[in-house]
Amino acid sequence: MSSETKQILTTDGIPLEVSLKKAERKNKIKAFLLVAPLLFFLIITYVFPIGDMLFRSVDDKMVTQMLPKTFKAMENWDGQELPEEEVFAAFHEDFIKLVEDKREGKLSTQLNYTKNGFKSIIKKLRRASKKFEEGNYKEQIMSVHKRWADVEYWRAIQRRAPEFTGQKYLKGMDMYVNEEGKIVSVSEDRRIHRVLWLRTLEIAFFVTVFCFLMAYPIAHLLATLPMKYSNLLMICVLLPFWTSLLVRTASWMILLQQQGIVNDFFVGIGLVADDNRPEMMYNKTGSYVAMTQILLPFMVLPLYSVMKTISPSLMRAGKSLGGTPFVAFWKVYFPLTIPGIGAGCLLVFILAIGYYITPALVGGASGTLISNQIAFHMKSTLDWSFASAMGLMLLTGVLVIYWLYNKIVGIDNIKLG
Amino acid sequence: MALPKYTEPHYRIWHYIYLTICGAVFFFLIAPLFVIFPLSFNAEEFLSFSDGMKSLDPDAFSLRWYKDMIYGTKNPWGLAAKNSFIIAIFATIGSVLLGTVAALGLSSRHMPYKGLIMAVLISPMIVPLIISGVAIFFFMAKAGLAATHTGIVLAHIILGTPFVVITVTATLSGFDHSVTRAAASLGSDPVNTFMKITLPLILPGVISGGLFAFVTSFDEVVVVLFLAGLENTTIPIQMWTGLREQLSPTILAVATCLIILSTLILVTAELLRRRSERLRGINR
Repeated sequence: MSSETKQILTTDGIPLEVSLKKAERKNKIKAFLLVAPLLFFLIITYVFPIGDMLFRSVDDKMVTQMLPKTFKAMENWDGQELPEEEVFAAFHEDFIKLVEDKREGKLSTQLNYTKNGFKSIIKKLRRASKKFEEGNYKEQIMSVHKRWADVEYWRAIQRRAPEFTGQKYLKGMDMYVNEEGKIVSVSEDRRIHRVLWLRTLEIAFFVTVFCFLMAYPIAHLLATLPMKYSNLLMICVLLPFWTSLLVRTASWMILLQQQGIVNDFFVGIGLVADDNRPEMMYNKTGSYVAMTQILLPFMVLPLYSVMKTISPSLMRAGKSLGGTPFVAFWKVYFPLTIPGIGAGCLLVFILAIGYYITPALVGGASGTLISNQIAFHMKSTLDWSFASAMGLMLLTGVLVIYWLYNKIVGIDNIKLG
Repeated sequence: MALPKYTEPHYRIWHYIYLTICGAVFFFLIAPLFVIFPLSFNAEEFLSFSDGMKSLDPDAFSLRWYKDMIYGTKNPWGLAAKNSFIIAIFATIGSVLLGTVAALGLSSRHMPYKGLIMAVLISPMIVPLIISGVAIFFFMAKAGLAATHTGIVLAHIILGTPFVVITVTATLSGFDHSVTRAAASLGSDPVNTFMKITLPLILPGVISGGLFAFVTSFDEVVVVLFLAGLENTTIPIQMWTGLREQLSPTILAVATCLIILSTLILVTAELLRRRSERLRGINR
């Protein structure tokens, strides 16, 4: 038998293998074309803009564009001694142009971020530069103020030459680059962002723990009760799940206020004195209580869907083999629910770490999270590049958890309702 | 959950403790919603139960805040409700169309890079809303769509599609593909097959995904806060502003209406889920 006859041919005379591959490719393209509209829509309106955030967060072209000639002249400067006349002349040329465009104020603000003391000497330079004579700019500029003759200030300008910077990320961790180019932390009383990051992690962690502790028993009850009762109780989980977040936050604001129902109840049973009602809102307690209740359904539903699949005969078998109910639960039932625990905990943690609305309303100053800081910089200070940098730092954390979630649970296993 | 007769006393005690804990958790979940309801009928301006309300005096209750919600001067709720419904309806239509078609592709066993693509499609649900808000704002500002209804609708389509993709893929996972092959062998073209065979079978999943998309858009506040101008105000924005400035009973009247709406949606979603499970032959 020759090798050619071994090849199986279709009726068209094409080898079967080729024909099958062709059909396979056609199916692949068909499937992809169905996904394509949504995929491209999301890439353009969502994935690229997130990439744009990355670009904005490191973008530092402002000074680079204001002093193009200076930085070109500075390329040969080693930064040890004061720069040569050539650099001063280029700086003068750039500066005159900025004064003409009335943009020297922006330059002074920007340079002041890098080193304090630029504001006043740039003002002085603007006034003096009107009377400058041609040539020997080094002498003339240095005579305006003694700081212009200080090499430290020229080094500070040089540090703004790169178009990209990581300083917003450092600022997000309360660090900065000092004069020697080393990365150091800001003084202890000014470390506001680290406090926020830690608090975000702390609140997300404890909310997850509380949700787990509360959700496990009721998910178990829902999974083991007869259908007609569990359907009724399921409403208690699903109604909050479908209700507007703002409505639920509003109800907690009513409950937790100082003259509110929870405090009335505490006074009524004599737990606290009427004139000494505790603050339960506008602090961490408010964030904890409201977030736990709001996120609880996200823990119950995955736990329930896993527990529903566990056969009750397993527990009976465990007990019949001599285990007490506690041993049977711990050795048989609990390990089987671990996938549900993983899914629920990761979901709640991811949602809690990025929470914004509820902490903003009931958290006060001590109960706000990193999201609130991002919103603050987007809306109030308009430091969008800093907001982007912090957003991306948060996003990185979430994506790591998302990746874990995908590894452990699989995205296709997310269930809703 | 009756205990067998032979249960030992300390397990019996433990069982009742367990039931008490469950009861307390259910109470914690559902009770806050029921606080809003009576307080929205308060005749007075306070957000706590007056003595009259506690003694069920009919004069302590009134529809005052509902009237204020509907007829109040300089009342923002009419415009907000109109905007919210328009935006939510268009966002739902967009999400359902894009999401269902994508789910069909994703459920095909020929789909290349399934995991990666699924991860991208689901990401708007996982990424914290504040980050989505910032990113979408940058895009809409560049595209000139900030402070327009179109921009908000597009943003809500982004946020709503993951829910449709998830519910429809779940419905399709139990889908018997031999029925579409049977249709094709009887001479039906793909579009006809989809409309006559596939769609009716996956419809419960499509509708419940649509409900999720609707609720997502209707409740969404973080992204809208970045995008909306004065003309585009929605119910969540008005509630947010109201809650930040001063908690007025009018907000509770609105909240009561929203709870009624969410109850209706919950009932619809539950009925659909059961129908879908029956159709797919999942026995419970």
